[in-house]
Amino acid sequence: MQTLGNFKLPPFFNYPPYFTLQPVRDTREKQVQLWKELILDYCKTQKISVIGLEEEFPLFSNPAIERSLTHEAREAFLAALVSEGRAEWLDKGHRKCLILWHRIQDWADILLNFVKDNGLEDSVMTVEEIRSGPESRGTDLQGVDRIILMRALKLLEHKGKLAIFKGTSADDEGIKFSR
Amino acid sequence: MAGAALPTAELTTSGRPILLPNEIECSLLSNVELEPEGSPPLSSSIHLRSSFLILTTHRLIFVSDSSAAAANTASYVPLASVTHIFLLKKSIKSMFGSPRLKVQLSVGSDGRVGGMGTRSIVATLVMRGKDDVEAFVDKFRQNWGARVWEREKESESASSGSSLVVESSASSSGFDSRGMRVVGVAGILRREQEMWESTDKSLQDAFQDLNALMSKAKEMVMLAEKMRLKLLSGPSQAGSSNDEELGSKEEMQDWLLSVGIVSPVTKESAGALYHQQLSRQLADFVKIPLERSGGMINLIDMYCLFNRARGTELISPEDLLRACSLWEKFDVPVMLRKFDSGVMIIQNKSHSDEEVFARIKLLITRPDALQMGVSAGDAAMTLGIAPAMAKEHLLTAESRGLLCRDISPDGFRFYINLFPEIRTDDIYLVKDQGIYATWIKCASSPSRLQ
Repeated sequence: MQTLGNFKLPPFFNYPPYFTLQPVRDTREKQVQLWKELILDYCKTQKISVIGLEEEFPLFSNPAIERSLTHEAREAFLAALVSEGRAEWLDKGHRKCLILWHRIQDWADILLNFVKDNGLEDSVMTVEEIRSGPESRGTDLQGVDRIILMRALKLLEHKGKLAIFKGTSADDEGIKFSR
Repeated sequence: MAGAALPTAELTTSGRPILLPNEIECSLLSNVELEPEGSPPLSSSIHLRSSFLILTTHRLIFVSDSSAAAANTASYVPLASVTHIFLLKKSIKSMFGSPRLKVQLSVGSDGRVGGMGTRSIVATLVMRGKDDVEAFVDKFRQNWGARVWEREKESESASSGSSLVVESSASSSGFDSRGMRVVGVAGILRREQEMWESTDKSLQDAFQDLNALMSKAKEMVMLAEKMRLKLLSGPSQAGSSNDEELGSKEEMQDWLLSVGIVSPVTKESAGALYHQQLSRQLADFVKIPLERSGGMINLIDMYCLFNRARGTELISPEDLLRACSLWEKFDVPVMLRKFDSGVMIIQNKSHSDEEVFARIKLLITRPDALQMGVSAGDAAMTLGIAPAMAKEHLLTAESRGLLCRDISPDGFRFYINLFPEIRTDDIYLVKDQGIYATWIKCASSPSRLQ
């Protein structure tokens, strides 16, 4: 079984047609489905949250069979993720894509559990502490992408579960968790 | 009557002068008066006012455009009758008045300009229009000096026999009978000019014949159109059709066709006899090439083969297409087929797509095909048909979900479609039996992955 880093690749990763955008509708649907899953799985295990279409992304090429996805194909698969709500375009030119291997709502739930598990009600923490502090070690929150974390925090702030305020240093916000 | 002593110039119905052969228009002046000197009655019969003056290589044509007159009239002075052109006088008087040019004309004893003149008369061209007089005068002098009318006469008479004598005597003196040089560069140029002029003349004659032909052709086409319309309107009338009428109508169609005119009636009916016959002939002819090319042949290839076999009386692409389309009305074992890509082929009715797909499937599941896929060329060799045909089949198989495409720098290849075998809920799962498992075995053999 091939691997990409520590990620186990499925057998069809060596199937050349997998890397060519299929024109026949049923075939295309299946192909898109498989790519969506693969992208989400890979990003989750590698903790990658942003894919740049014009940059090298290891998942999009297979040197063993000398194939890689065209720009058109990459955009097609990522667009499929976006319409499913599992990704978002970060720019109008579709050059960068935010991958939500957990949806924002899921992240919000993860945060709430994090607060509960660590007894953080009514306390204050910086955003950086949330993602790199000792409490997050071993959890999904460890090393989470800042953009995603902020989104989830904002969602919870909207729901009144916490408050975001500007910290002492210019580039870090503070979070006060509610009771 | 003014200008009565001048010969009349012929005009077209729209008032344009009818030019002599070889005559070329050079210049146009508006509002010119010809004032002869001397005493009446001679002077008054030459005097005239014209709307405009046309200078040609042969004549000065005075066209009067008087609204009082019933039609335009024109007279002319042949340049041959001009014996002298005076210098354009520039004086204080001429600065304020209209430019005046004096010419000397030779006049016959009857007082008419145009024949061999014994007397001469001086006349003034008063140019009252706002034109470039200097340019006109230059051109006038040029044309008068060129004496094109004389050279024509000369070439006509020279070509009738006495040329040899003339030339031999001329060569010794360096001048021909007209007093023009025939040696040196000037002579060469003049000869060139003459050659060109004679070619021009013969071309003009030829084209005149062509014009006559074309006007006749126009009549023919109009006639044919009338007949066509008659045929068209025929069926819609009454609805009753006795056999005689039909027969003659068919004959009419055939005649029209033989002239090359397509009758629209053919589209409705089973087609003119010509196309029916062609269609049957084609069906017979097609049998052998079909066998040779594995039951399927490109329409374009058939067009070439058929016409090559015919030798003469080649058929057009439209004829071929129509003939093939007629097959569905007869009971022939061949048919015309159009692929999604637009490619049209002729195939045996007995040909079955399923059978081809079965053969493709066999081909595509071979170990080397599983590893490397199959190109149109590979398929062509195995199936025994042309690569273009093979590609059409592969594309059709792809659209049926049998194959997948792989486009890379290596080219355009097809693989067996494995996507249906892959489970989305477990992308690592591979069933023990089945094509997916077979493929994995072949694909992971050392020769493929380096």
